Amino acid sequence: MKAKKNTAYMSRPSRPLRIYAFVYLGFLYIPVAFLPLFSFNDSLYVAFPLTSFSTVWYEAMIDNEPMLSALLNSVKVGLVSATIATVFGIFAAKALTRYRMHGQKSVLAVILLPLLIPEIILGVALLVLLSRLGVTLSLYTITLGHILITVPFATVTLMARFHGFDRSMEEAAADLGDNAWWTFWRVTLPMVMPGVIASFLLCFTISFDEFIVAFFLSGTEPTLPIYIYSQLRFSQKLPGVLALGSCILIVSFALVFFSQWIRRRGTEDVSGTGI
Amino acid sequence: MTESTAIAGGVAKPRRSLPARLRAAYMRSETLRGYTLLSPTLVVMLLCMCVPFAIMVAMSFWTQHGFDFDTTPTAKNYVEAAEGPMFRALILRSLYISAICSIVTVAISYPMAYYVAFHVHRRKMFWIILLILPFWTSYLLRVFAWKIILGYNGAINSGLMSLGLVDQPLEFLLYSQTAVVITLTHAWAAFAILPLYVSLEKIDRSLLEAAADLGDGPVMRFLRITLPLSSPGVIAAVLLIFVPTVGDFVTPTLVGGPDGMMIANIIRATFGKMNNWPMGASLAIAMMIIVTLIALIYIWLTRRLTERVA
Repeated sequence: MKAKKNTAYMSRPSRPLRIYAFVYLGFLYIPVAFLPLFSFNDSLYVAFPLTSFSTVWYEAMIDNEPMLSALLNSVKVGLVSATIATVFGIFAAKALTRYRMHGQKSVLAVILLPLLIPEIILGVALLVLLSRLGVTLSLYTITLGHILITVPFATVTLMARFHGFDRSMEEAAADLGDNAWWTFWRVTLPMVMPGVIASFLLCFTISFDEFIVAFFLSGTEPTLPIYIYSQLRFSQKLPGVLALGSCILIVSFALVFFSQWIRRRGTEDVSGTGI
Repeated sequence: MTESTAIAGGVAKPRRSLPARLRAAYMRSETLRGYTLLSPTLVVMLLCMCVPFAIMVAMSFWTQHGFDFDTTPTAKNYVEAAEGPMFRALILRSLYISAICSIVTVAISYPMAYYVAFHVHRRKMFWIILLILPFWTSYLLRVFAWKIILGYNGAINSGLMSLGLVDQPLEFLLYSQTAVVITLTHAWAAFAILPLYVSLEKIDRSLLEAAADLGDGPVMRFLRITLPLSSPGVIAAVLLIFVPTVGDFVTPTLVGGPDGMMIANIIRATFGKMNNWPMGASLAIAMMIIVTLIALIYIWLTRRLTERVA
């Protein structure tokens, strides 16, 4: 009984905090909501007052060849860099959580270093290197930059997952005669799978949205953020960009909920721990 | 990955040695095995970091000649940057804007993260997703959204005018340092929410019960338990926002105007219109050194502070 009484203050809803939470959500969402709002506005100018409802910008989007190819480029770069970063992340996370190593902290610091360097410096440094090597800037160079940026995120996400599960499961599998390779495939990977999916999605999102490094490393083919940036100057192109932004918004919202649904289904039979 | 064979090998080799040396050999092999597994990631990261930086450092001592470089080393670029008023003014302004922005972001996100960690009991994940969802929109478009809000014909101005509160649109809203801070705060909020939430969620609830049993009220419980134990999240969040925002040139370009221009704008210009790569390299290195120093001092200070509190 006593425990119940003592924890009551923690479960008691706090009205001021609740109101604050909704104000905060408003601060997050209202600016974003302007994008879809103006994408349905039948005017060239992105400004109030609104004129009339129209889907003309969405219709124009289908024929916008450069925009669609930029979108495709971003998806390509995102998929490749998220895959590679997650694989690197698995190596690093398993090594850092499963072995007691000398210099573990410094190793982790090296891997997390890109988080602590402003992106413009990473972009400039890679640009200088690539130009000295005579490498032509292309989607490959952007992918390289994005791998560098996303590996820290992948490593941290996966380390949390590797920490979260019982090491004795792996040992049991090894005791029962699985070799290390099979232990990895049959025990470790299924257990960290939610972490792998989370890492992949996180890296993809970061890459898909990354502008600064891509800006320095892009050649003739732009990724979507670079395309959008080039369009922000021309006011007559803006509503089309907003229409595209709204579509990305909806797709990514659907993706997030879908991945959560998968994760919930996946974790039900394995373990209940979150991220 | 051959854990079992490596253990067997580690045991078999020094069979004739003392148990202590046996153990040492095993420990050493654990380090070795760890590094073997780590090596692909580590080698790629080191190569991708060290080589470009080495070349950038070398380039910062060169001179631009048309489209070519004069590679005789000279510290001219650094001298120029240190003596000219532009670099100093821009770096100070960038550090100032980023510092304000990271403090404001963490301060306003803390109650939010606290609410989810302590007052939401069902559907916690739903709240977390709700808080992170806006960050799935393009960064550029999120920044641009603020241009719509703060702009001459924007939401605030047209709202105020239709209410009859002002006769003319307020021009100071857009193209100011305040606009940059507000926009950056909105754009980087997720980087505060997540570490804050994680550190708050980790706090052992029984500590709070114990404090309550010992007679601490809600304020003391917060000050003596919740706040100190969540300090790693606060420290991480400030750093995670400060470092990237110093190097942002999108927000200053879109909503900052000349008054809100930051150091990254000039670095970008040296690699673009100004076409003076060595100058850009030395500015980038100077900026990186300054940011790293500040980050190190900050980490050192916060560590001493938390040690003292503990």
